[in-house]
Amino acid sequence: MTSLVPLPVILPLLGTGATLMLFRFPRAQRIVSALVLTAVVAVAAVLLVSVDRDGTQVVWLGGWEGLGIALVADRLAVLMLLVSAIVTLAVLLYSIGQGITGDERETPVSIYHPTFLTLVAGVSNAFLAGDLFNLFVSFEMLLFSSYVLLTLGGTAARVRAGTIYVVVNVLSSMLFLVALATTYAAVGTLNLAQIATRLDGLPPSVALMIQLLLLVTFAIKAAVFPLSLWLPDSYPTAPAPVTAVFAGLLTKVGVYAIIRTQTLLFPDSPLSTLLMVAALLTMVIGILGAIAQSDIKRMLSFTLVSHIGYMIFGVGLATEAGTGGAVFYVAHHITIQTALFLVVGLIERRAGSTALLRLGGLARLSPLLGVLFFVPAMNLAGIPPMSGFLGKVDLFQAGVAQGSPLALLLVAGGTTTSLLTLYAVAKTWALAFWRSPEQAHEMARLLVGHGEEDRREQDQQAVPAMVEHRGHVHVGSVAFGAADLDEARQVADADAPDRDLHQLLEADALPDRLPLLMVLPTAGLVLASLAITVIAGPLVGYTDRAAADLTDRASYVGAVTDGVPR
Amino acid sequence: MEVNLTLLAACAVMSGCGVYLLLERSLTRVLVGLVVLSNGVNLAFLAASGPAGDSPFWGSADPEDMSDPLPQALVLTAIVITLGTIAFLLALAHRSWQLHGHDDVQDDVEDAAIRRLALDDATSDSFGLSTDGQEQDDPVEDRQ
Repeated sequence: MTSLVPLPVILPLLGTGATLMLFRFPRAQRIVSALVLTAVVAVAAVLLVSVDRDGTQVVWLGGWEGLGIALVADRLAVLMLLVSAIVTLAVLLYSIGQGITGDERETPVSIYHPTFLTLVAGVSNAFLAGDLFNLFVSFEMLLFSSYVLLTLGGTAARVRAGTIYVVVNVLSSMLFLVALATTYAAVGTLNLAQIATRLDGLPPSVALMIQLLLLVTFAIKAAVFPLSLWLPDSYPTAPAPVTAVFAGLLTKVGVYAIIRTQTLLFPDSPLSTLLMVAALLTMVIGILGAIAQSDIKRMLSFTLVSHIGYMIFGVGLATEAGTGGAVFYVAHHITIQTALFLVVGLIERRAGSTALLRLGGLARLSPLLGVLFFVPAMNLAGIPPMSGFLGKVDLFQAGVAQGSPLALLLVAGGTTTSLLTLYAVAKTWALAFWRSPEQAHEMARLLVGHGEEDRREQDQQAVPAMVEHRGHVHVGSVAFGAADLDEARQVADADAPDRDLHQLLEADALPDRLPLLMVLPTAGLVLASLAITVIAGPLVGYTDRAAADLTDRASYVGAVTDGVPR
Repeated sequence: MEVNLTLLAACAVMSGCGVYLLLERSLTRVLVGLVVLSNGVNLAFLAASGPAGDSPFWGSADPEDMSDPLPQALVLTAIVITLGTIAFLLALAHRSWQLHGHDDVQDDVEDAAIRRLALDDATSDSFGLSTDGQEQDDPVEDRQ
């Protein structure tokens, strides 16, 4: 069975080559990539079953046992593989439906599929990597693909966001290289299992330095506060499916790397307090950022940062239950966050914008869209009985069981964050889906002073009171900043080319319905997120076994070094 | 392990210069900074590989006298990856120049908004004039 282990990396890479050669045949490209990703899902599913039954599988590439590159498929790795494979398949189908590969003028036709497949190969490789340098290479693979995907078409906004994204990530790669050089100088190997056995012999200060270097590197990728500031700025500018796959997977690869190195290399971590504090700040500051946003994409990017905090919380607890909770939360969050970004893409397609100021009445315009947004949004906020609730309860139980004051503070912080997430998504729901487009239009005009006379003549209660305060305008409980006022000015200006939903509806300038191939993958992911709720029992059992594997370092080390000549 | 101090000193100086250049606004300088920084980091790998020795070919020398080939392989990989990244950044800088006529790294949306708020405050008549300790925050009422 071990021959299956390299396939999740090899298949997408072969697919990259095939789609590159087929650059003149977009239809063939689509078929190849869809087939490849379906195959990866199947392989990952088989691996999940066999690894759970028979234990960790190890492949030494090229037969260089003990010297070469090891791929290690343990419970954590194959779970991540399966979830990421399902998510990437859904996103690929969605992007085919969106026509990102075909008729959108801003995006080059031929490079989307090869780049996307390389991204998938990088992600799979990161999950399977059994040594640090292979992890570095997989990070570079997925980062490089992400640079290309983020700047597709080279529009001004994407070049601006892409520049910051690339520089930040190159810097983190440099830090990773420093960490690798330090590790190699200290222990003379980069194989994770061998490092784990040799680290114990090091002076504590050297081990601490290696740990800090690795943590900072991975925290930049995972967007842990205060290293998260690059994320909300760069993600929202990309095309919707690209943002979805970034949000779902790339940060989670960082979280995975943190889980792996913390549990395997530094089990008695002196830095767990630091991790817990970082987790608390990530949660709270992230969600406060989300509340302040008035664009759905930006709001979701901030909730993404915020919910990374939950996973870091689980890791920071440094207990088996905490790790299990973090693993479950990662699986839940990958599906849910990707689904939400796909829905936002649908909103953009249906209503022409994702700015709350321009939206209204989506629930009536498209009830299906309403359901597709509502379910994952409530799931994200942790409404029982959905998986978001279960994941949070799992983590909170682990926190209470650990019992330190800091852990209890984090449980409180996590609850607050959950409530504030509910506020953020409920605000989006109320503005974009619940009020009528006319109301939205009136509010936009009011914001810039138009229609003031109408307002006085009308019943004052019809429109909520408007209060200006230091550059922000508050309407009811919602604040609009300077960027929103610009939007509102454009909406109110009859000559401006950008129109809001109300105007678009009146001009009948909207697509009648959404492409089926965009709706189906989104609905599939939403169903998958609900399925996580249904199978939560067995899944928690699985993640607990995965966490037990992670806590028992000897099993990982034994599986890798067994049968290796010395 | 013996450590080559010259290599480490060169590594430190190059990394320092690289970080300094990274903090510049112009993307071209950031790029040069990355080149210098990455070369500095590569030197750290050479330092980690220990003292230089004979070329590590099977049978050509006593394995005890060979230099460690692994860090060199790692450095080679790192060099290739950096090369690709630099090429991509160059393309970005060029595109930025096409679009804006310069290649300065621009403020993100949030920073730009905050900066505009600060500018508004600096030019505002009412800012800082409230005497009773409360800011006037309801101009809508005033207008009526």
